[in-house]
Amino acid sequence: MPNFSRRSLLKLSGATLALSSVGLPAFAAPIDELVIAYNVNLPSWDPTVGPSAVNPTIQGVYQSVFDQFILQKPDLSFAPGLLTEWGWNADKTQVHMTVRDGVKWHDGSPFTAEDVVWSLQRAADPKTGNPIQFTWKNLANFKADGNKITADVVQFDPTIFKWMSFLTGYVMPKAYYEKVGAAGFEAKPIGTGPYMVDHFERNSYVRLKANPHYWGGKPEFDTVTIKFVPDSASRVAQVESGNAHVTLEVPYEEYDRLKGKARLHGYAHPITDIGMIFLNNDSVMKDPNVRQAACHSVNKKLIIDRLLSGYGVPIDTLEAPGYAAYDASIKVPYDPALAKKKLAASGYSTKKPVKFKIQTTKGYKPKDYEMIQAIVGMWRKVGIEAEIEVYEIAKHFELRAAHKLAPAAFYDWGNSIGDPTTSTGFAMFGPSPHSSWKTKDVDARIGPLWSEKDEAKRIAGWKAVDRYIAEQCDVLPLLQYVQPILADKRVKVVPHGSGALLPALMTRA
Amino acid sequence: MDLLARFLIRLFSTAITLFGVAVIVFTVVRVVPGNPIAMMLPPGATPADIVRLKALYGLDKSIPQQFVIWFWGVLHGDFGTSISLRQPVLGLVLGRLPATLELATMALVMAILIGGASALTAVRFRGTQIETGIDVANGAALSIPDFLWGLLLIIFFGVLIPLFSISGRISPDLQLNFETQFYLIESIVRLRFDVTANLLAHMFMPALALALPLAAIIGQLLKQSLKETMELDYVTLARTKGYSETRVILREALRNAILPTLTLTGVQFTFLIGGTVIVERLFSYEGLGNMAIDAVVNRDLPLIQGIVICFAVIFTAVNLVVDLTYAALNPRLRHA
Repeated sequence: MPNFSRRSLLKLSGATLALSSVGLPAFAAPIDELVIAYNVNLPSWDPTVGPSAVNPTIQGVYQSVFDQFILQKPDLSFAPGLLTEWGWNADKTQVHMTVRDGVKWHDGSPFTAEDVVWSLQRAADPKTGNPIQFTWKNLANFKADGNKITADVVQFDPTIFKWMSFLTGYVMPKAYYEKVGAAGFEAKPIGTGPYMVDHFERNSYVRLKANPHYWGGKPEFDTVTIKFVPDSASRVAQVESGNAHVTLEVPYEEYDRLKGKARLHGYAHPITDIGMIFLNNDSVMKDPNVRQAACHSVNKKLIIDRLLSGYGVPIDTLEAPGYAAYDASIKVPYDPALAKKKLAASGYSTKKPVKFKIQTTKGYKPKDYEMIQAIVGMWRKVGIEAEIEVYEIAKHFELRAAHKLAPAAFYDWGNSIGDPTTSTGFAMFGPSPHSSWKTKDVDARIGPLWSEKDEAKRIAGWKAVDRYIAEQCDVLPLLQYVQPILADKRVKVVPHGSGALLPALMTRA
Repeated sequence: MDLLARFLIRLFSTAITLFGVAVIVFTVVRVVPGNPIAMMLPPGATPADIVRLKALYGLDKSIPQQFVIWFWGVLHGDFGTSISLRQPVLGLVLGRLPATLELATMALVMAILIGGASALTAVRFRGTQIETGIDVANGAALSIPDFLWGLLLIIFFGVLIPLFSISGRISPDLQLNFETQFYLIESIVRLRFDVTANLLAHMFMPALALALPLAAIIGQLLKQSLKETMELDYVTLARTKGYSETRVILREALRNAILPTLTLTGVQFTFLIGGTVIVERLFSYEGLGNMAIDAVVNRDLPLIQGIVICFAVIFTAVNLVVDLTYAALNPRLRHA
């Protein structure tokens, strides 16, 4: 048997300690450098092009470095950002914007109205590959005079200013970008945001330094490291071991286990992300009795309580609480007796069930597959026999764009600006590539609302559409998600309703 | 057949293999469900937007046309531009490859050390409970996949006894002005041992997770090989000369027993590189494997193609080296 001498053991211990002393957490010391374990990788630094531009989860990183045209506050309300004032003329054929004075880019150069105009023109240029170009092209003929900008409305879009706080709605540095080009910008991005990029290792981390000249005030933490940790078990380990101070999107069971620990606390906040089941207006779903039975037989509260540890808000339309067109009076109650009655009217029963396929992701959203399993179980009790098919989210996008989804298909829909056009509108309007429900009756109700200039009438119109869709059960809304955030007790986090985790809103507790 | 002719024939067959891989991967990524345009379609996109985006990324042409354009580019060193990262694929792949190679090499070294030590110990104490214990440990190491080892190591060395870093390749607060992406090698060359220690602390757990299953294979094979060798006459002769059992194993038996293990280790190295995909993801290690997962999730066709071709080149190169080394060492093959 090998014998270790006392000396060799001491040497071994010393070597282990030396190796392990690298980057170990200190739990009691004040936090100098804030470390966040983020749930997605950052593919590209240009927030206006490519797939990352339409990935809602990445927006929190972008918003740390870049400013959007208009600021969106944690409660989803809009506030002056780089634009201090904005609006339409009386007949809504022109827009006007006022640009904030005294703002500087991270390289110290002054931010001007030219940057805003260039950013909007670039976003509208089809050659740049901005995926939201269809919205930005609605403005043209920009004129800048000092810090005032005007532009002509090519086609009226009531949500154009809301998009200025949404996907690809970022102000980019004209002079710098034209000087360094796309590759140079990718290597060293600059913005006007609260943090400046210090060092970026793709797939690993980005180190940010506070912008001392930020127009909104210098953030509390001088240095923030955002580690990209896509694996949820690794994120749990990061925060549990103290290697990260804040993380998000951990399994709810882990959230409940860890939030009670002496060193950690948790935030569970509803965000603008909903779970829903698309219904396809083909085959058995043409029968309103089948659709209504499918809707009335799902006990959403039970699903949330049992599968999501109570973290979720049941919804009956595609508008969640806090959205502009949310109407609490629209209800699709859980009523299995009514569901049975509806099915019986169409000749179906538990002995002679209606059959169709339901597609779902597995692991894309918390307990997505398990939720669908539970729903299929509830359906079986009233006379619906659904076969589950698991697919990747990429396949969902492709099938949906080609209108080839199964009669029922689970999906999650994000809408951080909370406008009805970007929830009910795009999900239910037939011509939209994202709609699975393409019928004339719904399209006729939605159509006029795209160009409704009276805001009160527009919102009222969307509420009416939502009520109609709920009565017809053309879609099966399930729940509004709750975002779990775990943080070191030395850090105070302000959750944002959009789900963006923003280090600039974090302070020392 | 001399070694040069053998090398040229293998080189030719390697080129055919790589072309076959290129055709297969190019076709498969376009045939499987989920395309990058559908992934990036925002709410409200029109059919015209879909057409525009397809044309922008060259996906409006037929698959054979796309292949010819892409392959012509590859022959000229242009692997295309990543859809999600908006950078040349070749630069991205070569930028991440060193991290993966360093991790895989460290895992290989660990596997050889652990496997070799376990085999030698098991043979030295053959027939005892120690050998049984090593067999059980090898069985466990082999039956548990590398990503599960990764999770267990994270819980043990990352959370319960936080000795090593859980994620990344290096601490963000370390200033690096290195010329290459081979950080480990360059840190040693530049005598930046603070960086070396930091890199090792980050690599330890992912490398160990990758190494354990391979260590078990090496351990079992070397043990069997050693046991057979220990029965040969020349070993018995060495014993009769009065050499200690340890010396007999290390000086006499090991030299002959190690050859099949070395061959297997070369082949297993390719599987080890394949294993980095999941393990790198688990540890947020910025290597090629981690990038591969993002590429698949985003349906980044040019990047998937580039990464697969890179892995294929490594696999075929390692196999080529193993074949040629074996031929060089084995006179029967050399003169066949």
